[in-house]
This record gives sequence, structure tokens and C-alpha cells, in this order.
Amino acid sequence: MKTTTWTHLVVLAALGASALAAEPALPPPPLGLPPVPVPADNPQTPEKIALGKKLFEDKRFSSTGKIACANCHVTEKAFTDGPLKTSKGINDLTGTRNAPTVVNAAYFTAQFWDGRSPSLEDQALHPFVNPVEMGLKDHQPILTLVRTDPEYQPAFEQVFGKKGDAITMKEVTQAIASFERTQIAGNSPFDRFYFSGEEKALNAAQQRGLALFIGKGRCVSCHVIEQTTALFTDHRFHNVGIGITEIQADAPALATEFLKTRATLAEVDVKVLSDKRTSELGRLVVTRTFDDIGSFKTPTLRNAALTAPYMHDGSLKTLREVMVHYNNGGVTKKGAKVNDFLSGGILPLELTDKELDDLVAFMDALTSPELAKAGKAGKKGEVKP
Amino acid sequence: MSPLKLSRRQLLKSAGVVAGAATLPMTFVKIAQAAPAENFTFAYISDAHIQQIKGAQFVRNWDRGLIRAVAETNLLEPKPDFVIFGGDLAQLGNKAELDHGAEMMSKLKHKTHYVMGEHDYYLDLGEYWSKLFGPQHYSFDHKGVHFVVLNSVLTYDDWTFKRWPTAEQRMNEMAGLDNPNGSPFMVGEKQRAWLKADLDKVDKATPVVVLSHSPLQKLYKGWNFWTEDADEIQALLKPFKTVTVLYGHVHQIQYNQIGNITFHAVMATAWPWPYPQTYAKAKHMMPQLTVPMNRGDPFFERDATGWQFIDVATGRPTLSYNLYNNSVRTVGFNPKTGKPEDRAYQDPSKRIPPQTHF
Repeated sequence: MKTTTWTHLVVLAALGASALAAEPALPPPPLGLPPVPVPADNPQTPEKIALGKKLFEDKRFSSTGKIACANCHVTEKAFTDGPLKTSKGINDLTGTRNAPTVVNAAYFTAQFWDGRSPSLEDQALHPFVNPVEMGLKDHQPILTLVRTDPEYQPAFEQVFGKKGDAITMKEVTQAIASFERTQIAGNSPFDRFYFSGEEKALNAAQQRGLALFIGKGRCVSCHVIEQTTALFTDHRFHNVGIGITEIQADAPALATEFLKTRATLAEVDVKVLSDKRTSELGRLVVTRTFDDIGSFKTPTLRNAALTAPYMHDGSLKTLREVMVHYNNGGVTKKGAKVNDFLSGGILPLELTDKELDDLVAFMDALTSPELAKAGKAGKKGEVKP
Repeated sequence: MSPLKLSRRQLLKSAGVVAGAATLPMTFVKIAQAAPAENFTFAYISDAHIQQIKGAQFVRNWDRGLIRAVAETNLLEPKPDFVIFGGDLAQLGNKAELDHGAEMMSKLKHKTHYVMGEHDYYLDLGEYWSKLFGPQHYSFDHKGVHFVVLNSVLTYDDWTFKRWPTAEQRMNEMAGLDNPNGSPFMVGEKQRAWLKADLDKVDKATPVVVLSHSPLQKLYKGWNFWTEDADEIQALLKPFKTVTVLYGHVHQIQYNQIGNITFHAVMATAWPWPYPQTYAKAKHMMPQLTVPMNRGDPFFERDATGWQFIDVATGRPTLSYNLYNNSVRTVGFNPKTGKPEDRAYQDPSKRIPPQTHF
């Protein structure tokens, strides 16, 4: 009986291998990361990835012709736009949220800080038409360009076998998402220490920081490390006392006002980026449940040393400030009033200054070598290991 | 559109959305009844267990639970007509705990009715509690429903008055679980006489809702999931067509039907008492768990705690449990089966599968 099952499995495995062989294989994931999830209807191809990169960097897809995706997701800054707290769109208009890195975003099960978008493909639709980002009234100017541009025409035909009106935003966003799925970075000193057993990959402060990260600091409960990989996120949303603390007196009125409306997600997208106070309601605007008041996505911590400032609103300048905020139990200023809806996971930690330094040192150990090289412009945490 | 022009169905829908229940209307069906009761909603917060460490220091976890429940209750739309606090506001019944709890409760924007819990009672036999919140048993009528509040945590006079050298020891003994020095809860003869007189004045077609801290049914004596004179009280309630008992104390979702009486337990804001697996396996006196409760995640302190938004339609309360890190659960009376049922999870195929990896 056992033999039969085994044979059966081998046959299946062989079939699987031959089916995969028809497509170009994805490069193996770097140390510390799982394989990149790729939707069945949007397989990766080198041509599609190249097209996606071109689209990602095209400034013509904005009302002023000056803003591309790459303006706020800058390659040299680990695909963020530090030191800006919140991103600058057309005509220097600013939104309400800090540009999250594209690096390793492919692993998230929901996109945007409040998770209002389910995929990279869907996410790519919205900044084009948000009035404080790329400012287009609708997607038509993009379609007109890609259908007529002499460089895009052959590229879309080669990648999707489509031309003219057959090209829609589906193809445009699929190409952008494919490019984004190549922005994967692991292989950090932490990965070499933790998954490959290189004992010298972390210095003493970083090793103490890792112990605190897993232990007393309670960080790992949300910034998850698994047995063979670490995404440093739980794919969940938590009220950690950022943003909501400042509007807490108005939160009941704002929440009630919002819940009385029947906004579509597209309307929500405009509202949360243009109205700071509504923005601070967090994921409530997506799920409309009490549990999500002031809650935002747990970001990955990989390459955090390169992506200052921090938190969904960019309100904390350094990783040291982030550690202090958590150490205070969800308030940036010690003794400030904790917001009523704070996540049950956040409580005062009573870590010493030295322990906070060690945690910051550990954050430095999460930087991928290729980004460290490219990321000279990025801000580092204050404390050097 | 003015809120007045919204139909009840729409109102309920928006209420549910705010409270997180996407599958409204909450009640199963509207049934015809003799004495028409108006439909309305109320909220139910229970078992905060505010605990003094020393001086002005209190256990943060329990504080946060009550603060959050109060803040969320204030967001309900439509506004609940009133709020019930189901008892055990304090942990060891002292003034500091009751004062601190009352201060947090004072943020509620709604009229609140209080039920006595054993943790509030056994230090000074409810003296300070009564100063703050009023009588320990009383009744009131609301939109055609007769509400009765009982102090169900009394016990034998001998235990209360003669057994213990200090009030503190009495309080501690009653706070223990599986404590051989404990004593069973009861409503007692005097209060039962009051109850009988109170109910005698009420038309038997009027829906009755009884609010007590302990279950007015006998579930598990060792933890006082038990009321010693439950049978006598049930007998007093028997002549009524529609009776619902809502109780705290057990820190978990329970529901049951005994004859004409529907029982619902509510969640605590402090901590959960899910049945340990050992209880489920060994021979025990717990009620059968038709829908097991998810275990609390100790990292997220609010996990497996919650509070309730209650919709009363045609005299039957339907409870919407606001649960942190979990979907809202709704339990209401199903006239087809004649018993309370979980709206989403009763069907085994719809249950959340147990966690197999972490």
C-alpha cells in the first residue's frame, strides 16, 4: 500500500516538473524568503518584467507628466521616498501615508497600509487616478499612450499578443505587478545567522537584539519569523497607537460619520489619502468593523534601516523612535493618553535604553547586501552596532 | 435620507455593519405576538474585573478591556436604548476598584443598569456598590418588555455571616474556583418572594428578560456556573410565553433552552474561561459545547474577550458578540427549532476549522 502511494506521488511530481519546464523557471528565492507567489493568470516572463519596469518609470502616466510610480518608490532608496514623511504627488501635493517599499511587497496578502487592495495588480490601478498622487481623471490617457506609443505597441503585442483597443488596464497592471514581483531581497546578515548558521554574521549587539526581538520585546508575534523563512509580517492589521492617538478625541465622531456613508473602495482610496483625519481610522474604512479602528498593516522589517521615516504616516524619524514608541506601550511620548482602541498586543515593555539600542542594531542586520550598496541615500538608524 | 425614513431592516443593517455583522437582519423571523413589544437595541458589557495592585495602580489588561468596550459601545448606530453591566466590575470588591470601574463606565453615553457580581459583593456585602449603582434587585419596563435584575450571587447566611474571620477572607474564598471552602450562589428566599410579587403584576404574554450574574441554570457547581435555587426561579418564570435569561460570570458564549426559557451568556471584557480540553475529554458537568470556543491568543490580550450588541425584536433578544481578532458571532432564538442558535456556525460545514499549525 505504501509503495503504491509513493509511486503515485512520484508520477505526480514528474508531471509537475514537465509542466513547469514549459515556462521559464523563476529564480530560486534568496536565503530567508519563500518562493514568490505568482497568480496563475499572470506568469512571469522576462519581456513582461521589462515592460513593467518601463511602465513603472513612465512619468507620462500623470496629469502633469512629471510623476511616475518610481517617483515615490525610488530604486536607490529601497523603493521608498525618504526623508519625506508622506509622498509627494502632482504639483507637490502630499498624501497622508508614507510610501511603503516595493521590495518584498509581492509577499503581502493585501496591499496598501490599510489593506484595501487584494493584489499588486489591483493596487497599481489606484495611484494613477488619485488626485494627490498621479492625478489623472481616469485611466484613458494611459490606455491611449500604450495603444499608440511606438515602443509600447510592439512590447504589448509581444508580451500579451494584444494591440489597439484590446490592451486594457488589466495588461498594464499585470506588467507592473510582474516587475514588482522581481523586487525581492533576502540574504541579510540575519538570514545568514539564523537560517545558515553563520555565527559571525551578527555582531554581539545584533545577537542580543535578536534575542529581545523574539523574547521580551514581543516583536516577533507580529513581525513573524518562521522555521525556514521570515517575512517579518503576520499579514494582519493592528492599532499600535500611531496617528489615532492624535485624533482620538474626534475618533468616535469620525468613525460614526464614515460608517454612515456607503463609500466604494475607489472613493475610500481618494478619501484616505486626501483627508488626514479619516486616514487615521485605518482599516476601519475597509472592513467597517470596530476591531479595525486605527489599525494598519504589519509591514515587513526587511531593509527597514534603509526606509526611514517610519510608520504608516512617516511620523517617526528613526528606528530608535520606533522602539521607544513600542516600549512606551503604544504612545510616542511617555505618559501620553493611550488610545481607547489600542491592540491587545501592545503594552509597556520596560526595556532599558541599552536594550532598545540592541533592537535597533538588530534592524541593521535585516538589510540585504544589494540594497545596502544601492541605498547610500537611505537613512540609517541612529545607533551604530 | 433622514434616519427616520430608514426602515427597521435598513437600520439594523447599518447597525450590524457598524458592529461588524455582515449577515443581518439579525433576528430569524418576526413572529406575531399577543402584546406587541416595540423593537429596540441595547448593549451588554460584563465581567471587567478591575483589579487594584496598590494605590492608584490597577491591572492594565483589565482596564484596557473595559475602556475599549465602552468606547466601542459609544460608536453603535443606531444608539442602544441603554446598557447593561453584567456584574464583576471589581476583582476584590474594594472601593478603589469600584470607583475606578465606575469612572471608566461613566464615559458611556447611555443609561446603564448594573447587575451585582460576587467579586463586587463579598467584601462589604454590596454596601459600597449600592451607594454607587443603586438597588441590587429591581425591575423596569422598556418598550413592552419587562426587565428583571436579580442579585443571584447570594449564598447561605451561615457561610456569609458566621464562617470567616475577615471580610477579605470571605471575598477571597468566594473568588476561588473549585474551592472546597466556597459556597453555591443563590437568589434566596427573600428575593424570590419579591420576584414572585413583581411577576404577579405582569401580563403573561409580556416578554420577560431576566438579568443575573450567574446562570439561572445548573451547569457546573465547582466554578459556580450554577444557581442553587435555579429550579424555583425557573418555576416562577414558567407561566410566561417568552422568557430570556442573560447572564455574565462564565466569560464565554453559552446558550441553552429549558422549556419556555432561553438562556444566553455573555463575554467578559477581562479574560476568557474557555473550557480546558481536559474538561471536554473527562467526565464533567459542563453543558455540551455545540460550537467550541476559539482559544485565546495570549499575545493579543483582548483575544477571546468581547461585549454584546443586543437586538430585541418581538420581545426576543438576539445577541451579537463583538469579538476581537475574530468574526462577530450572532446567537438568537430560532422559532422553527424552538431554541437559540448560532447564526453562522451551527452548521458544522460552516464552522471555522481548528488551528492545526502555529
